[in-house]
Amino acid sequence: MSATPAADGERKRATAGAPRAPVLSVDDLKAYYRTRHFGIEREVRAVDGVSFEVRDNEIYGLAGESSSGKSTLLKAIAAAMRPPLHVVGGTVRMRFLEGAKSLYAASSAELAQLRWRKLSYIMQGSMSALNPVRRVRRSFEDFAARHLGGTGAAFEAKVVAHLGLVRLDKGVLDAYPHELSGGMRQRVTIALATICRPDLVIADEPTTALDVVVQKDVLDMIRDVQRQVGSSLLLVTHDLGVHAYLTDRLAIMYGGRLVEEAPTETLFRSPLHPYAKHLIASLPRIGEAAPKVTLPGGPPNLAEPPPGCRFHPRCPLAMERCRRDTPTLTTVAPQHRVACFAVGGQA
Amino acid sequence: MAPLLELTNVSKTFGGLLRRRRVAAVRDVSFSLAGDSPEVLTLLGQSGSGKTTIARMILGLETPTAGSLRLMAEDIAALRRGAARRRLLGLVQPIFQNPFEAFNPLRHVDHYLLLTAQRFGGAGYGPEAQAATEASLRQVGLSLAEVARRYPHELSGGQLQRLAIARALLAKPKLIVADEPVSMVDASLRMAIVNLFQTLRAQLGISILYITHDLATAYLVSDRVAIMRDGEVVESGAARQVLTHPQHAYSRQLRDAVLVPRFTAGDGDGTTAEAKHRPQL
Repeated sequence: MSATPAADGERKRATAGAPRAPVLSVDDLKAYYRTRHFGIEREVRAVDGVSFEVRDNEIYGLAGESSSGKSTLLKAIAAAMRPPLHVVGGTVRMRFLEGAKSLYAASSAELAQLRWRKLSYIMQGSMSALNPVRRVRRSFEDFAARHLGGTGAAFEAKVVAHLGLVRLDKGVLDAYPHELSGGMRQRVTIALATICRPDLVIADEPTTALDVVVQKDVLDMIRDVQRQVGSSLLLVTHDLGVHAYLTDRLAIMYGGRLVEEAPTETLFRSPLHPYAKHLIASLPRIGEAAPKVTLPGGPPNLAEPPPGCRFHPRCPLAMERCRRDTPTLTTVAPQHRVACFAVGGQA
Repeated sequence: MAPLLELTNVSKTFGGLLRRRRVAAVRDVSFSLAGDSPEVLTLLGQSGSGKTTIARMILGLETPTAGSLRLMAEDIAALRRGAARRRLLGLVQPIFQNPFEAFNPLRHVDHYLLLTAQRFGGAGYGPEAQAATEASLRQVGLSLAEVARRYPHELSGGQLQRLAIARALLAKPKLIVADEPVSMVDASLRMAIVNLFQTLRAQLGISILYITHDLATAYLVSDRVAIMRDGEVVESGAARQVLTHPQHAYSRQLRDAVLVPRFTAGDGDGTTAEAKHRPQL
């Protein structure tokens, strides 16, 4: 755990200078679902040895298809595990947790102090994030009033100013969630998640439920607010188009592990891992010929994952070693890590 | 030759009478699919534009408030009920959005393929239905050995959607109506499924009505597109023409909503995308 003495105000304005501890650092995290029915134990290794860091003022993207473990990873990071999900190994460090404390060890009072002020969330379904029987104003009071302080008019002025960042006027405060369009609701949740200027915002498929026409506006808004507030954003979505549009760095997850991580542009222009290559090659683009891509098989069953590299049964470059050993994420170029024996130059 | 499918001034309004709000889901839509040469026609538009309502009317699941829908010169209104419905489903087969809901979770998936082979495909029981099923699975890149005696939850979304297409093929339809068939399928499998549409058109002579909000896949597999907004077709024509040079303001708006990687914008002029988008702190 990094104990950073920097004051709050300085931290927000920290730019490239002395290397600073990352906002979030995940090290060899393992989160398994463990069930026992009729004496039969099953273990699903949804997150199996994931390591990455989210730095200051960046949008870090995490891409993966269904059953790649990305939602489980978010739950483990946010300490939102419920049985049968258990974190069985590894560490999650957040810079704002002072001392040697982990989120898992925090008491509920401590969590209440951290949540929304230091760590906040933008969820997929904005309807379920907002209380349907309360006006939007009450949601802001519930979430933010105790962190921001101020009462009555002073608090409202802060909220209205912040709503301006997402181009909403104060009229929405008196609306019920169902009276707003999907795009407006998602903008309200973005405002809620950022009003306390948290260090880290976790966004889980923030635009998946939105209409195509609205999606781009909401993404633009997420970027604007993130840049202005200076929070770091961990953005998880299966949609590579969103990653290409929004993220600074990108990691691709497959079968519970990260297979490649690089600045987004590098990953799109020169992916190395065969799975990342396939994924990026299969993106259709207007004005280009149809990608002819076929990858045999389907995603691995994480209850009985294949030994060695989890991609080897579908991999065109699979070697004998891939069936036996697990490749680790290895740095192949500055900021570019890949987990593959064939292309990663691992001895 | 009569068109395969012909919609003439079709409108559909929901609600009315006791309900205060009437919703005009489809307004005065006309288009047709050629009867002599199969084609892939895409209906494009955002949610609420009336795409699915049109699909449901073609499948006889809704009746139009006004106008007529004809399938090989026969009125769909006459085909949608009773014994004639089997004839309708022998001509047009659906593929729905959510492959996980398209199969009964309590039955093996091959059950439905064999059933369709017997009912609509003219195959007899036993080995004949098996052979027909195997042949149609091959068409979509699967085999009976892979899917026999499997439950839906044991298969991926991509596999299930291929199965749904294989099942539709067993009825030997002239037209497949595919309503958002890949929006719930993983990106790495999406193109493989969408590419199937052109294969089916070329090899089996089946026309496809592809319904989607995704311009990129529409561009790649359609011969023609019709762009819908609020129940109306605002622009239609050859897919490449309409999608690369949209004329209507709304088509352009849809085209502009497509996410393009922000780094492609920085090409060639020496500024990196990074530099462009970094705020001045």
